[in-house]
Amino acid sequence: MATSPYGLIATFDTAPEIYQAAQKVRDAGYKNWDCITPFPVHGLDGAMGLGRSLVPRISLVGGIIGFCTGMSMIFWTGAVDYKLIVGGKPFFSPMFAFPVSYELTILFTAFATIGGMFFLNGLPMHYHPVLKYKDIKRGMDDTFFIVIEARDPRFNLANTKALLEQAGGKAITELEA
Amino acid sequence: MAHAAENSEVTPAILHEVKPASLPRAVLVENNRSFAWITEKICSIIEGKTPTWWWVCFILACCVASFTVAGIVYLVATGVGVWGHANPVNWAWDIVNFVFWIGIGHAGTLISAILCLLRQKWRTSINRAAEAMTIFAVVCAGIFPVFHVGRVWYAFYLFPIPNSNVIWQNFRSPLEWDVFAVSTYGTVSVLFWYVGLIPDLAVLRDRFEAAGNKLRATLYGLFAMGWRGSNRHWSNYEMAYLVLAGISTPLVLSVHTIVSFDFAVSLLPGWHTTIFPPYFVAGAIFSGFGMVLTLMLPLRAIYGLEDLITQYHIDCMCKITLATGTIVGYAYGMEFFIAWYGANPNEGFAFVNRAFGHYAWAYWIMISCNVITPQFFWFKSVRNNTSFVWILSIFVNVGMWFERFVIIVTSLARDFLPSSWGYYSPSIVEIFTFFGTFGVFSVLFLLFIRFLPIMPMAELKAVTPQADVHGGDHH
Repeated sequence: MATSPYGLIATFDTAPEIYQAAQKVRDAGYKNWDCITPFPVHGLDGAMGLGRSLVPRISLVGGIIGFCTGMSMIFWTGAVDYKLIVGGKPFFSPMFAFPVSYELTILFTAFATIGGMFFLNGLPMHYHPVLKYKDIKRGMDDTFFIVIEARDPRFNLANTKALLEQAGGKAITELEA
Repeated sequence: MAHAAENSEVTPAILHEVKPASLPRAVLVENNRSFAWITEKICSIIEGKTPTWWWVCFILACCVASFTVAGIVYLVATGVGVWGHANPVNWAWDIVNFVFWIGIGHAGTLISAILCLLRQKWRTSINRAAEAMTIFAVVCAGIFPVFHVGRVWYAFYLFPIPNSNVIWQNFRSPLEWDVFAVSTYGTVSVLFWYVGLIPDLAVLRDRFEAAGNKLRATLYGLFAMGWRGSNRHWSNYEMAYLVLAGISTPLVLSVHTIVSFDFAVSLLPGWHTTIFPPYFVAGAIFSGFGMVLTLMLPLRAIYGLEDLITQYHIDCMCKITLATGTIVGYAYGMEFFIAWYGANPNEGFAFVNRAFGHYAWAYWIMISCNVITPQFFWFKSVRNNTSFVWILSIFVNVGMWFERFVIIVTSLARDFLPSSWGYYSPSIVEIFTFFGTFGVFSVLFLLFIRFLPIMPMAELKAVTPQADVHGGDHH
């Protein structure tokens, strides 16, 4: 097992090429694979068969917590812990508590969104087998890659290589684990 | 258009004659530049030798910033009395400057959030710098209220942190709402900016690593979070970016609304008006676009970014300045109308006094800069003349500072009782402190253009024609 590779990587020069190729890999039934692109390629999520991102659900939870935090903080501080008469106004009212709760909703949503994005992406991850590939740096610049992992049940060195070749991939290389 | 062809039997004959108008899409990156060219162009600004002009500007900016430092040190050592505030004008330059800087920040969020939701792709080349402008403007804005509290070491009393007095903040006060609005705004702006930077930091990490600069590769790498351009990551990233844009839009509108509540919720004639929230938001965006133009036009000329910030971009910015400036002009007129129509003598006096009283000079500077200046942008020849646009943008900045001055000072100097009237002039300490904030802002902005990518490379690449997987065949 020690000699088994992490997977296969294939290079594509243009956005339309990787889009076509991603559809072929998706249709071949692979699950553990990825595209490396220098920018978010519009439509590639669909071509890879990715579902809708889960980030907004985490954002929603953050927002609800933020709003409740604001309302309950203002209620507890003003109407429970230390009641103070100011201008004859009520100790608590959702009206005056709203602006602060609104801002906290946004603040907590932002934290949840970014935290959720990092969590779902498994970042920060300062090491990854893909980063060992000598040309991977061009994937940040102007080149596109498809990586099919060896742990995918359909992975078979010869067949997967053939698939990538047939999809138009160049410089197909084994990645060491 | 495919539908029309398929259903040709059922479509009325007359439609056969109608040809879809072919509207050319605005070119966002000119001269058909490649992906590699974009990377090279943006990164070379950071990787190249520090230009002489940068050092000159940086040292100059540090000198200017020292005025703020000196002003603040003197204030903390002596007391808030070193500012020109006195009864009845207890809010003056500090709040004017605070609202001025916060307003400038709003264009950055407008560009990054609202234009993102509206799918205005021209935002890509200016959004990074505009967001940086937002953050640095909020930094400058925050200085004033924090030091106006007097004993600045008690500034944490603004936040609900348990303290030895066991007393809590008064959440019925718009000033407390403002604390939350501005601190949320600052935090979310930084987060939004940082999320946008991650893929570009990864590019810089790889380039510095290839160039053998270990220190900078490590630093950029640390903040790039190990980004590797995976599309599974992009998918979550884009969604997160969209959510952030979605929440920053109500945020930016609420921040200046709450800033305007500081005035509108009071009972002072000239402040107690319901038009304030929309009027302040429009004014903020107006002033912010003025500042974006002031900053981006020189950057474009210095770094030769004409292919990325095209004439189309300048046109769009000028048009937004024109639109928001006209809204502001309408609000000035409507304030006068309501003051008359409301038939409240104090309210009526406050507005007549603004235009013809002791501060009439400030009022007419405001009107000329904010209402007349943007009207030049109706003309294409003006929008095409970059130097003239730049000069007009300076007038916008000046005008919007005077707007806050007029609103705050004239209302306080002439309130209900003639016995409590006064005339406010700033002290030299206030003038120095405000002057210095331009240095603080410039220092931060210069550091930004030296060490961080001034344009989002990934986003720019995504709006080029070659990024389109369908080869330009739009449906």
